[in-house]
Amino acid sequence: MNIFLTTLTRDLKMAFRNPSSFLNPLMFFVISISLFPIAISPDAETLSNIAPGIIWVTTMLSVLLSLNSLFHYDYDNGVLEQVVISHQPLSLILLAKTTAHWILTGLPIIVLSPLLGMALFLDSNSIYILILTLCLATPCLSLIGSIGASLVVSIKNSGMLLSLLILPLYIPILIFATSAVSQSQLGLPINGQLYFLGSILIVSLMTAPFVSALALKISME
Amino acid sequence: MSKLTVNNLSCQRGYNLLFENLSFNLNPGEILRISGQNGSGKTSLLKIISGLNSPESGSITYNQSKANSEKYQLETLYLGHYASLSSELSCIENLEYLANLSTEIVSPDFHKALREVGLKNYENELVGQLSAGQKRRVALSLLFISQSKVWLLDEPFTSLDSDGIKIIESQIEKHCLKGGICILTTHQDSNIKNLREISL
Repeated sequence: MNIFLTTLTRDLKMAFRNPSSFLNPLMFFVISISLFPIAISPDAETLSNIAPGIIWVTTMLSVLLSLNSLFHYDYDNGVLEQVVISHQPLSLILLAKTTAHWILTGLPIIVLSPLLGMALFLDSNSIYILILTLCLATPCLSLIGSIGASLVVSIKNSGMLLSLLILPLYIPILIFATSAVSQSQLGLPINGQLYFLGSILIVSLMTAPFVSALALKISME
Repeated sequence: MSKLTVNNLSCQRGYNLLFENLSFNLNPGEILRISGQNGSGKTSLLKIISGLNSPESGSITYNQSKANSEKYQLETLYLGHYASLSSELSCIENLEYLANLSTEIVSPDFHKALREVGLKNYENELVGQLSAGQKRRVALSLLFISQSKVWLLDEPFTSLDSDGIKIIESQIEKHCLKGGICILTTHQDSNIKNLREISL
């Protein structure tokens, strides 16, 4: 467990010393959402209808944008070699790196989402459901993303390939999360969607670190 | 007797066969220099011995444990082409993390290690602000705190000045006098005594 905390602290420390690495995807998130009312319509009803989709698609794209740097930096400077040959459990180290990634991308998105939800005229109940879906699903985005990031770590300019690999796996999350928020706007029950998102979170938490570790070992060959 | 045995090792990268049927033994106290032209497979060989890559065929054992096993990894220290340092962290923070990856480094004195490589007062300096030679010195300071028996050093003298090279050569000799084993690749002439050499 010590190596988990050490890796987590190290990655957060590095990110705060070079804030552009995690601020760029967040800026993308805020700017793209704030452009929709200008591009589509400032009408409250139109915006509140499409708000769940806008916020969720932008969240996914922001996470995708940040995934490329999840392992690349440590691969380029040789730290990842030391991590792989270390006798410490690789999956635990990768879980720590993924947790740091979530703290730096998923968590700020959750914090910013009520503000952006209000800007898109979401009612308070829908904002609450939006936060709930983001809390359940953004860790999944980081965990599933870590598998793709470890597969393409040794490939230069692999952003496009990473998106092609990961986006199909994100689609179920997008469907359940947006439908939960949309249905809550109509006053319909959303337990099913939340259960699905919860189970995706549990399954990805239990499998993604091990699959990432395996993928990373293959990529380092 | 803890000896490192490399048996019938072959390595292929893409369609290129880099080397085949490579065998050698290293007894405690021996230093081996791997030489060869660029692209001949020196780094690949070191990566295979470190357990980072798998060979096409053949095996490596040290003290009856096979490469890739946890026991083997505890006994080896691999320092690759890159310094394995993060620019945003200080020298001490980098060393602390690398030491955390290996329990062989027990209660290390990082300040002493940095002093040994001539980096006194650089402890809290960010690695990103150091020169290439200084970065290499920070990485090589691990040699002064590591208790691993087998050292695998890929181009350890790159970017080092003559003083730096002397410090590292002397540390390698001390390690081998204590019964350690060292395998290194270098294109530079070396003053290390009793150096065995194989060419790829």
